[in-house]
Amino acid sequence: MARVSFTIDGRSVEAEEGENLLKAARENGVDIPGLCWMEKLTPSSSCRMCIVKIEGQRGLAAACATAAQEGMAVTAFDEELEDYRRTTLELILSEHNYDCGVCSKNGECELQALAFRYDLGVDQPKRITVPAIWKKTPMPVDRSSPVLTYDATRCIRCGRCIASCDEIQGKQVIDFIHRGARSFVSPSMSMWSNSSCDGCGECVQACPTAGLTEKPLVERFRSFEVERRVRTTCVYCGVGCQLDLWIKGGRIVRVRGADVEPNRGRLCVKGRFGYQFVDHAERLTVPLVRKDGELVEAEWDEALDLVARKLGDIKAKSGSSALAGLASAKCTNEENYLFQKFVRAVLGTNSVDHCARLCHAPTVAGLGKAFGSGAMTNSIPELADADCILVTGCNVTETHPVTSTYIKNAVRKGATLIVIDPRRIDLVPKAGLWLRQKPGSDVAWINGMINVMIEENLVDREFIAGRTENFEALKDLVASYTPRRVEQISGIPEEKLREAARLYAKSERSAIVYAMGITQHVTGTDNVLSLANLAMAAGQIGRPSTGVNPLRGQNNVQGACDMGALPDVYPGYQRVDRSEAAEKFRAAWGVESLSPEPGLTVNEIMQGALSGTVKGLYVMGENPMLSDPNLQHVEEALKAVDFLVVQDLFLSETARLADVVLPAVSFAEKEGSFTNSDRSVLRVRAAVPAPGKARTDWEIVAELSTRMGYPMKYESASEIMDEAAALTPIYGGISHARLDRETLHWPCPAPDHPGTLFLHGTKFSRGKGAFHPVDWIPPAELPDEEYPFVLSTGRMLFHYHTATMTRRSEPLNRFAPGAYAEIDPEDLAELGGADGSTLKVTSRRGSIEIPARASPRVARGTIFIPFHYAEAPANMLTNDALDPVSKIPEFKVAACAIEVLK
Amino acid sequence: MATPLTERLKADGTAVSIGEYEASGGYRGLEKARAMSGHEVLDLVKASGLRGRGGAGFPTGMKWSFVPAKDDGGPRYFVVNADEKEPGTMKDRILLEGDPHQIVEGIAIASRAIGAEHAFIYIRGEYLASAAALERAIAEATERGLVGRPEEGRGPEIEIHLSSGRYLCGEETGLLNALEGKRPNPRNKPPFPQVSGLWGRPTVVNNVETVANLPHILREGPEWFKALSPGSDAGTKLYGVSGWVAKPGVWEMPMGATVREILEGKAGGMAEGRVLRGFLPGGASTDFLGPDKLDLRMDFDSVGKAGSRLGTGTMVVLDDKTCPVGMVLSLERFFSRESCGWCTPCREGLPWIVRILEALEEGRGEEGDLERLEDLSRKLAPGRTFCALAPGAVEPLQSALKLFREDFEAHLRRKGCPWK
Repeated sequence: MARVSFTIDGRSVEAEEGENLLKAARENGVDIPGLCWMEKLTPSSSCRMCIVKIEGQRGLAAACATAAQEGMAVTAFDEELEDYRRTTLELILSEHNYDCGVCSKNGECELQALAFRYDLGVDQPKRITVPAIWKKTPMPVDRSSPVLTYDATRCIRCGRCIASCDEIQGKQVIDFIHRGARSFVSPSMSMWSNSSCDGCGECVQACPTAGLTEKPLVERFRSFEVERRVRTTCVYCGVGCQLDLWIKGGRIVRVRGADVEPNRGRLCVKGRFGYQFVDHAERLTVPLVRKDGELVEAEWDEALDLVARKLGDIKAKSGSSALAGLASAKCTNEENYLFQKFVRAVLGTNSVDHCARLCHAPTVAGLGKAFGSGAMTNSIPELADADCILVTGCNVTETHPVTSTYIKNAVRKGATLIVIDPRRIDLVPKAGLWLRQKPGSDVAWINGMINVMIEENLVDREFIAGRTENFEALKDLVASYTPRRVEQISGIPEEKLREAARLYAKSERSAIVYAMGITQHVTGTDNVLSLANLAMAAGQIGRPSTGVNPLRGQNNVQGACDMGALPDVYPGYQRVDRSEAAEKFRAAWGVESLSPEPGLTVNEIMQGALSGTVKGLYVMGENPMLSDPNLQHVEEALKAVDFLVVQDLFLSETARLADVVLPAVSFAEKEGSFTNSDRSVLRVRAAVPAPGKARTDWEIVAELSTRMGYPMKYESASEIMDEAAALTPIYGGISHARLDRETLHWPCPAPDHPGTLFLHGTKFSRGKGAFHPVDWIPPAELPDEEYPFVLSTGRMLFHYHTATMTRRSEPLNRFAPGAYAEIDPEDLAELGGADGSTLKVTSRRGSIEIPARASPRVARGTIFIPFHYAEAPANMLTNDALDPVSKIPEFKVAACAIEVLK
Repeated sequence: MATPLTERLKADGTAVSIGEYEASGGYRGLEKARAMSGHEVLDLVKASGLRGRGGAGFPTGMKWSFVPAKDDGGPRYFVVNADEKEPGTMKDRILLEGDPHQIVEGIAIASRAIGAEHAFIYIRGEYLASAAALERAIAEATERGLVGRPEEGRGPEIEIHLSSGRYLCGEETGLLNALEGKRPNPRNKPPFPQVSGLWGRPTVVNNVETVANLPHILREGPEWFKALSPGSDAGTKLYGVSGWVAKPGVWEMPMGATVREILEGKAGGMAEGRVLRGFLPGGASTDFLGPDKLDLRMDFDSVGKAGSRLGTGTMVVLDDKTCPVGMVLSLERFFSRESCGWCTPCREGLPWIVRILEALEEGRGEEGDLERLEDLSRKLAPGRTFCALAPGAVEPLQSALKLFREDFEAHLRRKGCPWK
């Protein structure tokens, strides 16, 4: 872009050619007023405050809709313009309930600021002369949303909310209704509570006045009462949105999206409104110790001594292999590092695992084998610039809401979206192509697409020849996956499969996005390998806006894996069975030896508990009692261990079974870092004090370790990161000091390395990309006469994982108060039920009762149940059959029977 | 005196059938156009001097010429603006109801010129009879293979869209938004519709009367068209008169007929006992002219020079027994209600004007009100608001404040409306 120079009020200024004149003026210190313009949105030029004169042009021009050009002569301020602006401002004030004294936006309202600048008041000498037109506003206030209030009498019709909802979030929930001075912002179906609004609050963040405000969730406040704003990372999904927590009186009173990567100011309903759990009355504040069958309050010393003694006894009596630990994808990198260090160095076993086993273990295994690196290849915002996006097994608008906004942005710019999903997910209406495969047929359709690409000569021969190996074997294997055969297996019509293959292969930049619909199968690793085959065959990897992009579920599931909270690898995926790695860690940790045996996975730990080989279990912030498959079995296992320690925020379903419960602190109360789905290492910062005697997880682990004879002394989380970075090559250049200044994506091997936005640019992490031909095999459990339905489980927008946090945040509960089972309306009618009927859903492993939700989202013969709800736990039903490679259970396919109770 | 646009109209008001239309030379213009390249058609229309009849008077050929010459393979659209909603204007309806094939032929010619294979007629929701007549005409013409087969070079496919909208749907870009199923707020210009119009594709929007002229221009040639009028603006014009005149109505006359010829020659002069005080020459959103302008030629340039606009060419007459303040109030209420609410000056400025005028009418006027009205008229003028609605709305107001100043002052002085 060329620089241009021009004049504003006679002063020479410079800007990029074509840059928005309003922005250019402000950057040059000329503060032209304006209310409707936001840099991210298409200029509406509706408020008319930024009008200027441009020499040689008739009339006045809105600066926000004018492009900076060489040599233009702009008048921004003269008597006429200021007089016009004063009148325009008066007109805006006439539609505005000018009652700043009781307004929650007092002090941060852009209109108030302009009224002050122009010295316009109601009764002052320079009073507004326009009548109060706002008094005739129809339907002035809508309080029906769980998260926001719309007050038409404080709305100035700037349209920023409407454009934000449409252009940024891609939701198109709101627009103006009525005409002229009677127009106001309205959601679809007239009321917020009836509308399709999902409460992301992008509109609230965009509102310059108090037209749209967050409901006070903790207490009312005004911006000048806010003591601090703390930049941190969201605790929910793996997008890693950057937040500003607004703190008043030691409590979070507001959350705003920070205008940086990866979220660029965007948030979802959980990130913005799901913070009440932080100071919820049910937070654990003191340690609990089981005495006579009851959990009773105890002092830290008593609790920690007990844990140290019990774990020590088990180790002494039954050996290290009788102990295991579950780390946590919700805890920080530093805590996970320390936890696995504790398990390995102190307990003496590699049996440390966490819930990544239940979500992306196949990704770590599969992409590791194919590319050499088991992570999202590209960064999240790159999706916005893709030409074709293939989303499969991923209800991204609900599970990774902010990531979905980039996908919608791409579609808005003309990209083709291909959705391959058994459910009619919310992205389907935006998709150019939707293929509904039968659950468990993924390897077949992926092989089929590659078959078509080979047949139609759409593969990237140059890429295959130069960058990969083993293509011939793949070619041989997929030869039998003709579109016709694939149709028989998957139900995807031949022609649609061909179309998808052409679109994906021919587009300049095609990205694959997937999640648990791909991984949670007994063929999870095969599915991932197949997607890797597809991307490499088409040469759609190693460039911006392409790649194979697993969306990681939890805020720090990537980081927990990176930090070695896995039974087979040390931090940085260094294998425990390789002696040089073991020696490096042994030396660094100063211990005599480390076990060379890979430890047990989550499921194997549970099996071990049941069979009596695992006797002591230390759980940090996980809740297998809701998250794991076949819950009855999990409960028996947890009850079977001799000693169970659970460290958590709340008395979770798992904590209730514990012998000792240790109160930990939430993300808002500690320092550290999370690593998001796209490998950005992001800072977590303490914003509010911990409740009662709760302590950070790393302090607890360090204390315990010290009491077990292995002193751990750290002053801060930053110090732990330094130790981890020194031992973890992909984190080698990462430190808190750097993270405070910049966004870093690993691999970042050295302090002067800028990080890596997308992987495999010139060569794959493993050298050459490896094709792995895989054959399709059917799911472990297919429907039969006795269990005729296929059950899939998954997440929904408003709740998170086992809902210990989200169900303690009132607005999220209001959006989604109870469990439900999505079932096709016709299937439901045939069973004799209707929307809202209570269903009894039974599988070979258990049975639950749950209300039916008649929904066209699911295919006939299938049923979908979110797993968040303890009162109707979907995982009572799920199959604990495992993928042989990654040991992930098949959450997505279980045969079940359905009976209508009432 | 030639009246090409209306000469086929039947006394019983029924629509001219395709047989009748063809028998009187119909579809020959299209035949000619099909023998020419699109560019030749455009040049011919440019040479005819045809100016848009929707109100702004922009040269039609020039408007078309902004459509990118290079075909990028994507669709282009031609749209007929039949959303006739200007108060006092009823000229297009006569053409739509009485001679729909003339419109269909015009659409086919224009589409040929700009390379559109799909055309829309965006028609006012209340114009059910017009829509029915057009529907039938399109069906007849399609059956004969005259239009509707773009793949054979006999386009375009023509679709009627019955508006469910309001005044602002008649604004070119508001209309396009409405056609797309959106709220009919006008769009920022540039880009102009010829470059990025319907669904972001090159689009030309023309008024009904403009389109009706095309078959004749093609058939008879530009020189014939220019010769229809005595003045510099070519062709004929549908003129209308409403208000307290003897015979309100619509008539086709040479472009540039004088006010007197229209008002006295066609409308029979003022109604019994009424004296002319002024008139809005081209619909509600034009400036008042006084009785001294009876010999003004009603063409774009002449009316413009006299301080108003030809607009739609349909006059609204003010007589001596009607309160000018009340008349302006009535108009401003209309515009205030019909504002889309997008930009501040229009959304809030017009209601403010209405309130002041109401106060004057009800005897609550205050010192400074007239100056405030003048100030607002200046601030809602062209180039100050987002679209042309508010500037149009203040034209009758600003001119009334000058022409009928004493009436406004009387409202203040006598604390109420002297006519009540």
